[in-house]
Amino acid sequence: MKQLPWWKPAVVLLVTLVSLLYSAPSLMGGVPSWWPSWLPRQVIARGLDLQGGLYLLLHVESAKAVEQAAENMVDDVRAIMRKEKLRYRGVEHAGGTDGVVVKLSQAADVEPVRKALAAEIVNVAFATAPDGLALTLTISENSQKEIKSFAVEQSIQTIRSRIDQFGVAEPTIQKQGEDRILVQLPGLKDPARAKGLIGRTARLEFKMVDEKGDLAGAIEGRIPPGDILLYGEQFDRASGKKTRQPYLLKKRTVLSGDLLTDARVNFDSQFNEPYVSISFNSQGGRKFGQLTGEHVGERMAIVLDGTVYSAPVIRERIDGGRAQISGSFTTEEAHDLAIILRAGALPAPVTIMEERTVGPTLGRDSIEQGLLSVLIGGALVVLFMGIYYKGSGWLANVAVVLNIVVLLAILVWIQATLTLPGIAGMVLLMGMSVDANVLIFERIREELRLGRTPLAAIDQGYDTAFVTILDSNLTTLITALVLFQFGTGPVKGFAVTLSIGLIASMFTAIFVTRVLLAMIVKNRRLKSLSI
Amino acid sequence: MELISSKIHLDFIRWRWAAFLVSGLMIVASAISLMLQGINPGIDFAGGTLVQVRFVQPPQLHEIRATMTRLGLGDVVIQEFGAREEIIIRVEKQSDDGGKSSQLAEQIVKSLEPLAGQGNVELRRVEFVGPQVGSELAEQGALAMVYSMVAILIYVAWRFELRFSYGAILALIHDTFVAVGLLSLLRIEFTLVIVAAILTLVGYSINDTIVVYDRIREEMKRRKKQELAEVINIAINQTLSRTIITSGTVLLVLVALFFFGGEVIHDFSLTLLFGIIVGTYSSIFVASPIVLLFEKKGMKGGSTSVKAKEAVS
Repeated sequence: MKQLPWWKPAVVLLVTLVSLLYSAPSLMGGVPSWWPSWLPRQVIARGLDLQGGLYLLLHVESAKAVEQAAENMVDDVRAIMRKEKLRYRGVEHAGGTDGVVVKLSQAADVEPVRKALAAEIVNVAFATAPDGLALTLTISENSQKEIKSFAVEQSIQTIRSRIDQFGVAEPTIQKQGEDRILVQLPGLKDPARAKGLIGRTARLEFKMVDEKGDLAGAIEGRIPPGDILLYGEQFDRASGKKTRQPYLLKKRTVLSGDLLTDARVNFDSQFNEPYVSISFNSQGGRKFGQLTGEHVGERMAIVLDGTVYSAPVIRERIDGGRAQISGSFTTEEAHDLAIILRAGALPAPVTIMEERTVGPTLGRDSIEQGLLSVLIGGALVVLFMGIYYKGSGWLANVAVVLNIVVLLAILVWIQATLTLPGIAGMVLLMGMSVDANVLIFERIREELRLGRTPLAAIDQGYDTAFVTILDSNLTTLITALVLFQFGTGPVKGFAVTLSIGLIASMFTAIFVTRVLLAMIVKNRRLKSLSI
Repeated sequence: MELISSKIHLDFIRWRWAAFLVSGLMIVASAISLMLQGINPGIDFAGGTLVQVRFVQPPQLHEIRATMTRLGLGDVVIQEFGAREEIIIRVEKQSDDGGKSSQLAEQIVKSLEPLAGQGNVELRRVEFVGPQVGSELAEQGALAMVYSMVAILIYVAWRFELRFSYGAILALIHDTFVAVGLLSLLRIEFTLVIVAAILTLVGYSINDTIVVYDRIREEMKRRKKQELAEVINIAINQTLSRTIITSGTVLLVLVALFFFGGEVIHDFSLTLLFGIIVGTYSSIFVASPIVLLFEKKGMKGGSTSVKAKEAVS
């Protein structure tokens, strides 16, 4: 320590200043009004466990999207067969499969049918039954993959737009792995409602009621071919009870929700009951007008996710592309229904794989207790170091405090999220960050006992301790990095805090304390060290 | 001020057989506990639903239990969490999972309202982990453990010698096993946060071991003529003061965390408290004597060739 290059104190000063500026808004619990606008204004992001909110891991059942695509192919195949005037016994899609079967009456028809279909439908593989009386179209593997990944992307967009309309500040919606979506909604008040909003498929379908069918027979299990038995919930105003109402419907969906442009909540003038009015785009409006014109006097059911909402009788042709969905909603339900109809249906159902909800009060308690333990733990360490190593101990204490400030500043800077285990990591770090200084001071004491001069002891102490500090911190860093790689959520937060803290502590404990020590003992003929 | 006199010279190596006995007993106790009652997997790994609620008035646990039985949820664990008003209700994973278990929390809170009165139950926390996610998390946790040990093995072998690696890794396995044994013995729930605690303990334990190793390496270079056992003894004694002080400061903050950090990280700090003590013990009584064991097998005599590399300075 012959001389102290000018840049060393400059670096210490600069790091201290910058760190203080970055961490100050977080330490003060918000940006104060007098804080100049050109200074950093970010406040550390608190994890859901500290501010409350909802964490959801969703699984997109993308195989269902493939199934849906196969289902849609049925109509296309029929149209082609009709256009080409080909004979067939039936076209159907067996549930749970990725293909369509065309049944023929004679084996000689196979080749012309295959040719005609292959000319118009791409991305399918054809297979003929051994007896030559059936042709199977299977969606090709590549195309399936595409459908699946599109389903996930589409789901993300739909969920995002639903959440945006619901109104949550700073939501996170990310794709995870192949068919998973991670949703984080910080500061949420009503998780149950949000879950309902996110998780609903919202497939809106219009189906005609089979007026001639035998409803009673269908309930007993004899459903006529081409029909489907669905239920609706009826709310009886007088008794306040909900009853299930069966409907026998034509399986074919005559109109679906993908042709919607808008959905709004309106109020019925008679009962002041909310209903949702929907508007179709021009294509949908035309189709709706045509449909209602053709089926005057019949009932048309409005089906959402397999539940019949209402089945009004068509009195006259309805032009203008407007319809309404009523069904004894609360205002909140109607509002949420309008949101999901506006945002559109999910291309495939989603299921919740993992959910973590933290109430706002628990979050507040956690942060208070976390900070309290940081303060108490820190105070204990600082006191101990000050008593045990006297003057040098207080130097180490400066390093510990600076370590926390630098850590906080870096966390703010890289936009990391502070979690409860992250705070625990900080507390632990305070204990560990003095280790470097303990190693150095113990070495200096050894050197002093060997009879070296204070200045030589300091130099020797820092140099020999450096290797040890490097080795021991690097190995700890390795485990922290592994933790980061494999951890999720809060554990990741802990790993980030620990890694950055370790690196920061090497800087503060080795570099900063040495510079400070050098500045203190500079130009002084030191007889003894306070250590 | 000095806690440990610099003149002290304890013969740690001579006690190694006693230490091995102590370690052996701890390992056997852990193994027995693990065999008899296994670990108590939290919902992170087992899957299921956990609901934390707070009542305005301390509730009667048997009333809650009766209510839950009426809901027909199967195995339900009900316990106080820190305070008497704070209750945790844990429901085992439901076999039929048509998105129903994700609505369980609301159902539970609704069913508790009649007990405490409208608005007197607050939903504090809900955790639901599906069965698939649970097994994935368990797999990831185990992998993290293995990878970090392999990484450490390589690092120590590169910076020191292979036999130091053996010592470090055996000490790590020792610490982890005993810590898991304690968790099993106390029936502490194994969660993601506990995995974080165990990995931290791995980090700390290795950190502590490396400091002692570093001194052994240094003294080996300086005392080529001396017996390795004596060199190790000297190194441990020289670093003893540091070992105790650093462990002490870490324990100080962990005690603060344990008493003031809140119920959620209670088990985390307890695991670490125990882990730090075992980790400190193992770097002196397990990691260092093992280096000696491998020395006796590999080479004879006191003049050991040291291939320690110089650090980047």
